[in-house]
Amino acid sequence: MSALQKMMGWIDDRFPLTATYKAHLSEYYAPKNFNFWYFFGSLALLVLVIQIVTGIFLTMNYKPDAELAFTSVEYIMRDVDWGWLIRYMHSTGASMFFVVVYLHMFRGLMYGSYRKPRELIWIFGVLIYLALMAEAFLGYLLPWGQMSFWGAQVIVNLFAAVPFIGEDLSIWIRGDYVISDATLNRFFAFHVIALPLVLIALVAVHLVALHEVGSNNPDGVEIKKHKDPVTHIPLDGIPFHPYYTVKDIVGVIVFLMVFSAILFFAPEMGGYFLEAANFVPADPLKTPEHIAPLWYFTPFYAILRAVPPLFGSQFPGVVAMGLSIVLMFFLPWLDRSKVKSIRYRGPIYKIMLALFIVSFIGLGYLGLLPSTPVATIFAQVFSVIYFLFFLLMPWYTSIDKTKPEPERVTG
Amino acid sequence: MKRLKNFLFLLAAAPVVAFAAGATVHLDKAPVNLTDQDSLQRGARMFVNYCLNCHSAGSMRYSRLQDIGLTEEQIKDNLLFAGEKPGETMKVGMSKADGKAWFGATPPDLSVIARSRGADWLYTYLRSFYRDDSRATGWNNTVFDKVGMPHVMWGLQGEMAPVHKKVGEHEVIERLELVKPGSVTLAEYDAMVGDLVNYLVWMGEPAQVQRKQLGLIVLIFLAVFFVVAYYLKKEFWKDIH
Repeated sequence: MSALQKMMGWIDDRFPLTATYKAHLSEYYAPKNFNFWYFFGSLALLVLVIQIVTGIFLTMNYKPDAELAFTSVEYIMRDVDWGWLIRYMHSTGASMFFVVVYLHMFRGLMYGSYRKPRELIWIFGVLIYLALMAEAFLGYLLPWGQMSFWGAQVIVNLFAAVPFIGEDLSIWIRGDYVISDATLNRFFAFHVIALPLVLIALVAVHLVALHEVGSNNPDGVEIKKHKDPVTHIPLDGIPFHPYYTVKDIVGVIVFLMVFSAILFFAPEMGGYFLEAANFVPADPLKTPEHIAPLWYFTPFYAILRAVPPLFGSQFPGVVAMGLSIVLMFFLPWLDRSKVKSIRYRGPIYKIMLALFIVSFIGLGYLGLLPSTPVATIFAQVFSVIYFLFFLLMPWYTSIDKTKPEPERVTG
Repeated sequence: MKRLKNFLFLLAAAPVVAFAAGATVHLDKAPVNLTDQDSLQRGARMFVNYCLNCHSAGSMRYSRLQDIGLTEEQIKDNLLFAGEKPGETMKVGMSKADGKAWFGATPPDLSVIARSRGADWLYTYLRSFYRDDSRATGWNNTVFDKVGMPHVMWGLQGEMAPVHKKVGEHEVIERLELVKPGSVTLAEYDAMVGDLVNYLVWMGEPAQVQRKQLGLIVLIFLAVFFVVAYYLKKEFWKDIH
C-alpha cells in the first residue's frame, strides 16, 4: 500500500472523502445526452465563485460610508493594484450571473426539469434566484451613485405601498426616513455576509437534491429505469468525472471568452451593466430624469408599472410583481403533461412557452423605458400572457397532444 | 412567423414611442483617440488651465499623468501651481458652499464626467456657449439650457450669438454664429476642445488603455486553451455513443 493510499485510508476512517468524491463526481452517473443547455448549471457555480472571490478583495478597499463610498470605488479603479480588473470582474459577473441563471431556468422549462421527482430541486432553484435578486439589489447600492441611490429609493418605497404598516416597514428597512448612511451600512452587511451565506447554503441543497434523484436530460426520460443488471449503473449514464468535467471545461472557456470580451472591451456594456448615471455621486436632492433598474430586474419592474394603482396606492402592482415570482414555486404541480421534454410535447405547450419567452423579454425591454401610454398597454398585454402561462398550465398541458416518449435517451 | 413579425415590429416601434416625448439635442462626434499622447497632453494642459480652477478631479492624481507620457519633472514644472505634490489628487481651493453661492450649483467633480455625460455630449457642450444677457453670468448654452457655468474659454473661441428660426409659434435657436472672434479660429478651438475631451475620457478611466491591451492577450490565451480543451474532450468522449 502506497503512502498516499495509507493517508486516504486514514482520512476515510474519519471523514467520507473518497465516498463523497465518488458520490458526487466519479460515480455520479449523468445522462450521456446533455446538450448545449446543460452548461449553464456549472457556469452559474463558476460565476458564484468569481463573485465571492472578487467580492472579498473589493471589501478590502471599499468604504461603506455615504461620504466615502463613491470615491472609494474610484480609488479601487485607479490606485489599487489590479483594482479595476477585480471591480469589473465583479460588475460583469453580476450581470452574467443573471444571464447564466436565466438560461439555466429556460433549460428547466424546456425539458421539464422541475417535474417529479425534481420538485425540490426546482424550489431550491427559485429560492436561489430570489436570494440572487436580493443580493444584486443590495450590492447595487454600494457604489453610491445616483442610480444606486434612486433605484434603492424606488424599491424600498414599494414596501411603503403595503397597507397600514407600509410606511413603518420602509423606515425599518432603511433605518432612516430616506436612503442614507445607515441604509448603506446595513445593505453592505447583508450583501457581503448574510446573503452570500444563504446563497451558498441554497446552492448546496440544490446540488444535494440533484444528486439524490439524478439529472434530467433533453429527452426527459429517467435513466435510472434501465440499469445494468450486474453493476446497477444506468445504461445511459456516464460518470460525471471525467466526462462532464472535461466537457464543462470547454463550456467554461467559451463562457470566459464572452465574459472577457465584455470585461476588457465593453465593461459598461452600453450602459446595461454599468449605468452612466451611476458615475454621478448620489444626491438626495436631485432626482434623475429617468430611473430604470438594471436589466435583470426590468421584466418585474414592467409588471409592477403595468398594473394600475388602486385608490392612489401602488400596492396592486407590488402584489402582481410578487405573484409573478411566487407562481414559479408552483410550476411542478401546474404542469399536467404526460411528458417532460419539449421534444415530445404538443404544439400548445410550445406556443405557450414561446409566448412566455417573448413576453418576458418584451417586459424586460419595456421596463428599461420611461413609462408612456403605448408602452403601458404593451406591458399589460405581456403581463397577462406571463400570468396565463402559469395559470392556464394545468388546462393546456392536459389537453395538449403529446408524442410518445422513447424508453431510452436518444443521443 | 406572424407572431415573430409582430413582435419585431413592436421592438422596432417602442423606442420611437419612448423618445418622441423628449426633444434631443444633436451631438457632434468627439474626436477621441487615447493612443494620441500629444493630444492627451495638450488636453491635460487645457484641463489644468481652464477647468481645474473651479472643478476638482478628486480621484485623479497628478502623478498618473505619467501614463500619458509626461515625466514627473514636467508635471511639477508645468502643471502644479499651488505647491501641490505630484502624488496628490486634483483638488480646488473653492469650497462647495462658495461654488453654490457663486454659480447656483457646486461645480461637479470631473474625475468620471466623461463616463456619466459621454464624450460627444462634452464635446458639443463646450462648443455651444452663447451670449445671453438674461443670465447672471451673461452666458447660456444650447446643450445645457440655463447652465450655471460661464463660458470659461470665451477668450479662445470668442463670442457666439444665436440665429433664430420660427417653428410654428415658437422661436428656436437654429445655430450659433461667431460675432466677436477670439484668439483662435473656430476650427482651432474645435481641435482644442477635442484634445480636452480626449483627456477627460482618458481621465474617466486611466486604466482603459492597459485594459484593452490585456484583454487581447487574455482572449488569445483562451482561444489556444479552447483548442486544447476541445480535443481533450473529444479524446475522452470517443467511446461514448
